[in-house]
Amino acid sequence: MTDIPALRLQDIVKTFPGVRALDGVSFQVMPGEVHALLGENGAGKSTLMKVLGGIHQPDEGKIFIAEQPAIMKSPLDAKSKGVVFIHQELSLADELSAAENIYLGELPRKSFGRVDWKTLYEKSDAILARLKCSFDSRKLVGDLSIANKQMVEIARALTVDAKAVIFDEPTASLTDAEKVVLFDVINDLRSDGVGVVYISHRMDEIFTISDKISVLRDGSYRGSLVTADTDEDEVTKLMIGRSLDSENPIVPAKKGPIALEVQGLSCGDLFQNVSFKVHEGEVVGFYGLVGAGRTEIAETLFGLRAPSAGKILLEGKEVKIASPIEAIGHGISLVPEDRKGQGLVLGMNCKDNMTLPQISDLTAGPFVSDGAEVAIFDQYRDRLQIKTPGWRQKVGNLSGGNQQKIVIGKWLSMAPKVLIVDEPTRGIDVGSKAEIHNLIRDLASQGYAVIVISSEMPEVLRVSDRVVAMFHGEIIREFTSDEVNEDNLVQAISGIRTTKVA
Amino acid sequence: MKPYLKQSAIWGFVVLELIFFSVAGEFLSLSDKAFMDLDNMLLLFKQSAPIGIIALGMTVVMINGNIDLSVGAIFALCAIIMLDSMKWPIFAGLGDWVILVGWLLALLSGMVLGLINGLIVWKTGVDAFIVTLGSMLGYRGLVFMYNGENPTSNLNWTMVDIAEADILGIETPTIVFVICTILVWLLMTRTVHGRNAYAIGDNREAAVNAGIRVGPHMVWNFVLIGFLAALSAVVFYSASGSVNPNDGTLYELWVITAVVLGGTKLTGGSGSVIATFGGVIAIQLLRKGLGHIGADTAMVNLVIGLILIAVLFLDRQLNRKGKEELRT
Amino acid sequence: MAETRAKTIGQFLARQGILVAFVLFMIGFALANGRFLGIDNIMGVVRSSAILGVIALGVTFVVISGNLDLSVGSMMSFSTIVVLDLHDKIGPALAIPAMFAMTMALGALIGFLVGYLKLNSLIVTLGMLSAIHGLTLTYSGGKNMDIDDKAGTWFSFFGQDSVLGIPVPILVIALLAVLLSLLLSRTPFGRKVYAVGGNGVAATFSGIPRARVVFMCYLISAFCVAVAGLLQASRSLGSQNTVGQGTELDVLAAVILGGASLLGGSGTIFKTVIGVLILGFIQNGLLLVGLAFYVQYVVTWVIIILAVWLDIAAKRGRLLSPIA
Ligand SMILES: Nc1ncnc2c1ncn2[C@@H]1O[C@H](COP(=O)(O)OP(=O)(O)OP(=O)(O)O)[C@@H](O)[C@H]1O
Ligand SMILES: [Mg+2]
Repeated sequence: MTDIPALRLQDIVKTFPGVRALDGVSFQVMPGEVHALLGENGAGKSTLMKVLGGIHQPDEGKIFIAEQPAIMKSPLDAKSKGVVFIHQELSLADELSAAENIYLGELPRKSFGRVDWKTLYEKSDAILARLKCSFDSRKLVGDLSIANKQMVEIARALTVDAKAVIFDEPTASLTDAEKVVLFDVINDLRSDGVGVVYISHRMDEIFTISDKISVLRDGSYRGSLVTADTDEDEVTKLMIGRSLDSENPIVPAKKGPIALEVQGLSCGDLFQNVSFKVHEGEVVGFYGLVGAGRTEIAETLFGLRAPSAGKILLEGKEVKIASPIEAIGHGISLVPEDRKGQGLVLGMNCKDNMTLPQISDLTAGPFVSDGAEVAIFDQYRDRLQIKTPGWRQKVGNLSGGNQQKIVIGKWLSMAPKVLIVDEPTRGIDVGSKAEIHNLIRDLASQGYAVIVISSEMPEVLRVSDRVVAMFHGEIIREFTSDEVNEDNLVQAISGIRTTKVA
Repeated sequence: MKPYLKQSAIWGFVVLELIFFSVAGEFLSLSDKAFMDLDNMLLLFKQSAPIGIIALGMTVVMINGNIDLSVGAIFALCAIIMLDSMKWPIFAGLGDWVILVGWLLALLSGMVLGLINGLIVWKTGVDAFIVTLGSMLGYRGLVFMYNGENPTSNLNWTMVDIAEADILGIETPTIVFVICTILVWLLMTRTVHGRNAYAIGDNREAAVNAGIRVGPHMVWNFVLIGFLAALSAVVFYSASGSVNPNDGTLYELWVITAVVLGGTKLTGGSGSVIATFGGVIAIQLLRKGLGHIGADTAMVNLVIGLILIAVLFLDRQLNRKGKEELRT
Repeated sequence: MAETRAKTIGQFLARQGILVAFVLFMIGFALANGRFLGIDNIMGVVRSSAILGVIALGVTFVVISGNLDLSVGSMMSFSTIVVLDLHDKIGPALAIPAMFAMTMALGALIGFLVGYLKLNSLIVTLGMLSAIHGLTLTYSGGKNMDIDDKAGTWFSFFGQDSVLGIPVPILVIALLAVLLSLLLSRTPFGRKVYAVGGNGVAATFSGIPRARVVFMCYLISAFCVAVAGLLQASRSLGSQNTVGQGTELDVLAAVILGGASLLGGSGTIFKTVIGVLILGFIQNGLLLVGLAFYVQYVVTWVIIILAVWLDIAAKRGRLLSPIA
């Protein structure tokens, strides 16, 4: 292998109003190297890659591709220089087919500017086959599941002869099987001599796939490590400046009376005959594959779906929940799965987003009380360590992880009786993740009833007093924290009923 | 499958209208001619052409995520240029060839006016709604500048003959409308430009990230709608030979109505040229049908308005995902 | 210190691009014609913009909530005709509340269709533009409406009188602007309007009754239209069926000139007022300079685009759009 770097960034500075996102960062990737880029939420990882990808223009600094100086004025420039960018946030056109999305911007042509559909579908199908995707490339992207959309996004990495491929948190919504496929692809790219940048908050992935690790902190470069010679603790220290807080051990909280009980709840094809109880002071984890019906149960409890059968009981009394307003009135909070679509109004500032559900109560006379709002914001900013220049910042300008924290803060500040969190730590850095896990345990010990929906097994095992395993819209089994382990959980969510059905 | 279902809604509505007016016409009609009579239907197509040709362009522009409110003014301005240029002394020696010159000049002007809109939208980044709201005024100002508040006329019988020629009873405007529909449909479904236009309207950021040059695509689409507005003027005024400076006002609203009735999303990214064709026919049927059963202007306005809303409602019900939909 | 202050001023100006455009443009006209900035002229402009302005205030709510209202023009014709007709039948004291009730009933209908049935607002209001026009024609039988005793009615107060030397229409729009501005920027309801327009789904997930908020916006819009109809009727004491036609696009132009996004979620009452004034002063200035109306059209075009362009350019910190 040559010793010319596939790409090199030198002294990159990038500022946004009120934020110095990158402060003289240098970074390089060799051909055939998988280089992990780590850092807390808001450290500047995505920004650095967007500078490389031509989406942002750096204020200072240079970019070299194979040691040739490169000016990336637009994504088009970046692409033509062999830099492919797989975005953190899905960047797809829903009304077009998967194939058209894979080749977006470079559809194969025939005479008169016609699309060469045959070539397009053949090539796309081949790529999807390589990614072990079973759907037809003619299918509209809007009709695909989130995981499959993510695979379409990843498929773009294979369309061109790339010199460098950037993966910005590609696994946030993938299942383990899909992750394996992704890693195969990355290994292929590596052996083809492509330089790969891999951004993720999941240490296990980083140690599986990367050759080198570089760390950003507060917009500046903190050093690189060779993956084989380091361990999680060292990386974490570099990242957050200290070792990880030990997560509070699970002290099974005092179980109070039943806060929420669900009996035989069904909703069309989405889930059937679901029954479970959540006590005060208890965390119940819902684990299953994407599409198992967990989110839909949460949405039903929150009044967003009409159940076709079954009962919901709060503190022993049957309730009908026809809208989120009623759900909130009953003391239920839902941190939704899709933060951009469902959790946030991106154009509004941080404070306004956080106080939105209770805005009618934060008044002095007929008017909104700024003071009360800011107090709430400050409290949760400190508690969740949200990184933002101030409450006036538009939420859309925060980093992905900090956006998620705003959503969590918004619902915690409602002091709910029943808190449902759907994928609470998707895209959140290790430090804050531990923080959020501790928070969830704290809430339970304060007597809240908490439901945690997660596709990350370690997370479910970490925070739950009980785990409910779901498969295809049905509850397969309920485990206590003593019974549950990785093996029986994996079996349960694949639909294998080992012991008694709970 | 989904797009076809969507399209069939508008055709279902067209059929409903046909049945309704045929039956209602039996009882109410002032003339004793049947509504669904061949001549009447051919006339209907011919009368749909001016709005319809522009609506094709509007479909493209709206799929692309923009809108063009200046089409009525472009229509009038190009009509004036066409009729007036045939009288210019420099073309005096051309004989009937001057017709061709007039047409070409009109089409060219339409493209230039569209180009101006497109370039402003691209280069300034101002929303197309504002840009074309502005040029709706500006272009109309140019119309009045031409000849004050007087009409511009030029009746050329050769031109009228061409404009009213027919093949098997199908007249020129209808033929032009149908050919344009097919060409624009091919453009949007079969070409790279068309597919990129969908992508840009659907998710502009994604298109930019994928390296699509958003600006030029948008500009071309504005040029296209300018061209089609001019073509519409050519087709219409070649026959009538006289244009009033107020002609074409409110066209933008009718055109947009037809396009949206056909199911094109105002937010861009989705829509179909064929369904727009259906939308145009549906509106024209409604106007004609109401006339046929003897409704007065007040009634026509009232009914058209209410039907528009009713169709929207029905369309929504038909395309509903049913119980599994989130209540948002 | 000086540097940071310069920076803050720069940032302030960047946020107020449209205001800057407005000031520049006023200076330009003032230089061209000395009378332009005279108090009489300014009063005249504000007064003649009042009707458009009052409607624009209401439409601002609708636009921020992420919808459009193209029916305001024909709705204003309707309210004008109705109040003039009822004036002679049941007297002004009853005619005014009756007209408000009828206009707001139309607003409620639109609000129901767009808010609760979730139909596309452009088409609904386009349909209502046509339908309400038909309704007005049916109501009036196609004839113009006139008050019999024009000299003897106190009804002319709203459109023609002054209080403390200030014409009533100006007082009305000022009062309404202040109230609505408070409602929009300071109350929970206002916040909800922004949330619904910014991201309706997220608003629902936050327990905001999206349908009701949209409904209320149309009700506010209809109320403003009724006020405008009252001013119009009181000023002229007689009217054609077509009096408000075409207003909808002028109103929209003013609202957007003020910087509200058509996609919803942004805009303020203050900015809308600026937008209205810009349009008003353009027309007036061009008239004073003595240009034919069609030259006005062209100049208005150029000014609208320049103003919005300047606004956007200041926000993004560069003149041309970076889009490739
Ligand atoms: N367009 C923008 N305008 C203003 N500030 C921005 C913008 N984009 C990013 N920032 C800020 O720059 C900083 C770096 O953000 P970036 O998205 O690069 O973080 P990240 O390391 O990718 O975080 P995460 O792990 O959460 O994705 C953050 O403080 C963010 O708020
Ligand atoms: Mg990021």
